[in-house]
Amino acid sequence: MPPAVVLVTGVSRWLGGALAAELAADPAIDRVIGVDTVPPSPDMLRRLGRTEFVRADIRNPLIGKVIAAASVDTVVHMNISSTPAGSGGRVPMKELNVIGTMQLLAACQRSPSVRRFVLKSTSAVYGASSRDPAVFTEAMQARRVPSGGFAKDSLDIEGYVRAFARRRPDVEVAALRFTNFIGPRIDSLLTGFFRMPVVPTALGYDARVQLLHEDDALAVLTRATTGPFVGTVNVGGQGTLLLSQAIRRLGRVEIPIPTPALGSVGRLSRRFGFVDYSPEQMRFLNFGRVVDTTVLRTEFGYTPRYTTETALNDYARTVPPVISPRIVEATTSRVRSVLEQVAVAATAVGDRLHPAPPAPGLRAVRDA
Amino acid sequence: MPEARVIPLRPDDDEAFIPTPSPPGWEEQLADAVEFLRRRTTGDYETDEFGFDPDLTDHAFLPILRPLFQRWFRVESQGLKNVPDVGGALVVANHSGAIPIDALMTTVALHDDHPAQRRFRLLGADLVFDMPVIGAMARKFGSTLACNEDAERLLTQGELVGVFPEGFKGIGKPFRERYTLQRFGRGGFVTAALRTGKPIIPCAIVGAEEIYPMIGNAKTVARLLGLPYLPITPTFPLLGPLGLLPLPSKWLIAFGEPIETASYGPAAAEDPMLVFNLTDQVRETIQHSLYQLLLQRTSVFS
Repeated sequence: MPPAVVLVTGVSRWLGGALAAELAADPAIDRVIGVDTVPPSPDMLRRLGRTEFVRADIRNPLIGKVIAAASVDTVVHMNISSTPAGSGGRVPMKELNVIGTMQLLAACQRSPSVRRFVLKSTSAVYGASSRDPAVFTEAMQARRVPSGGFAKDSLDIEGYVRAFARRRPDVEVAALRFTNFIGPRIDSLLTGFFRMPVVPTALGYDARVQLLHEDDALAVLTRATTGPFVGTVNVGGQGTLLLSQAIRRLGRVEIPIPTPALGSVGRLSRRFGFVDYSPEQMRFLNFGRVVDTTVLRTEFGYTPRYTTETALNDYARTVPPVISPRIVEATTSRVRSVLEQVAVAATAVGDRLHPAPPAPGLRAVRDA
Repeated sequence: MPEARVIPLRPDDDEAFIPTPSPPGWEEQLADAVEFLRRRTTGDYETDEFGFDPDLTDHAFLPILRPLFQRWFRVESQGLKNVPDVGGALVVANHSGAIPIDALMTTVALHDDHPAQRRFRLLGADLVFDMPVIGAMARKFGSTLACNEDAERLLTQGELVGVFPEGFKGIGKPFRERYTLQRFGRGGFVTAALRTGKPIIPCAIVGAEEIYPMIGNAKTVARLLGLPYLPITPTFPLLGPLGLLPLPSKWLIAFGEPIETASYGPAAAEDPMLVFNLTDQVRETIQHSLYQLLLQRTSVFS
């Protein structure tokens, strides 16, 4: 049964807006309500179509009135901030993530009309450490429970959502654990990281990264909103890349920096608004994280159209490389042609000096 | 008049003359190196979810290890027919030599001497992956953390997985205890094999014990550095960096008959008695084969 009234939180960001636009384009859905603390950009507003925008803070009990008044039956919770920079510091970020989720869940619990709750979670809940198994399935837990930051918030949020599911067993709950997003339009942590011409990384570490293309993320969210899936699912593209490899494929220059110095580089880059190197982020960039997507492909029933590799290629269209592969290609072919010439000359000299022994022709002698 | 005996110059049924393929010339090697550098700068190579980088392994790690394998230790591999050409199997070996060179040499043996050029996926201790540089390199070489999840995943994917169940107890044991197997962990490797139904191949390595004969253990310094042991050998730390040179012992690596596990069924992994029995069986097979190899070897360095 398709949902009648959908409420999407965090609609002013790219993914939330894109989901609301997608749902609004579906005639089977009566109403789409988008909620965010900041109004969407004019560009986004145009795309949102018939989505009704409510400027509300989910930390405020007002959200309960919105849900009750519109008799919302499906809630998609996407208003979870991954970086302190995006929400004005770590304290407001934590408040938005944790208190916001609690308020939203409290409102949903009161409202008898809510039938389905979709949580945009993250694979960061598995943590990142050297003691991790290489690939996480949904049943596994973090070996080292994340101690702070986005991962800790996400763990808390998942815990509250599980508690909500226990208290309202009639509500279908789906939690989507996304890997890192990438794509030409989305603004994610890695897109900011890869956009720098010179990418500082931790010396002596190389993370395995699994990417998810923005189109696939959107398709999975749409399917989770309208489909019947209940439970937790890892969402990521097929295959992995090493961080160094991804940087090279994008034609960036990797600068490995010893870990102690990287902290100050991180603070500097945060001040200039480039990228956020929080300690938690550092651990991810050291060890990486890969998730098993069997549940996504079988039970959830969606196979991402982009693999990690093709998703990165699609993103690469929008970032001009610093070291162009064409220049590398030209250089290597020039070196190769020089080598060939040298080899030809050397063989000629070598043949002159040591003539090759004639091939044995004993058979001919015997036949005669 | 006695006739002169006709002596054929070549037997009649001899094979046609085939010139031996000459090793690639220096120009080809250089061209390969240039192509390798191009791939490395543009990221144009494959890696898997464990971080294994076959391109780097084939063109950098293995060529570096090969002289050590062929010239220095003169490794002889035996019983390679016991290692299947395709499909998963768990190779269980004894561990020795202060630093895990035995794992690296077994990797070269299975790649260079095995007809199917098998990739050897090692399971390493936590400590390896905690260390910068070494941890990252170990992953690129095809290793992963020794945990049941990873072992089972690799075995299900049909990989040849290598495990050294003695761990630090084996590799850091004093020289006087050479070639005596230590306790085999908690049998985690057996449960991984049982759950996936893959055979266990016992492997005995002779020679690694003598590369760094450990006559002492600087326990206090080791504890300060966060290491499980710090070897003192006749040459290290006495001769400084020169003491890091491994002694050129003669190596033998023997792969034994596979111990089949599929017939027990995956539920057998929950039967501790069976797991203990299988662990003991593997351990005794390796110990027995170690004694046999030692008899074969006439002297340590020849």
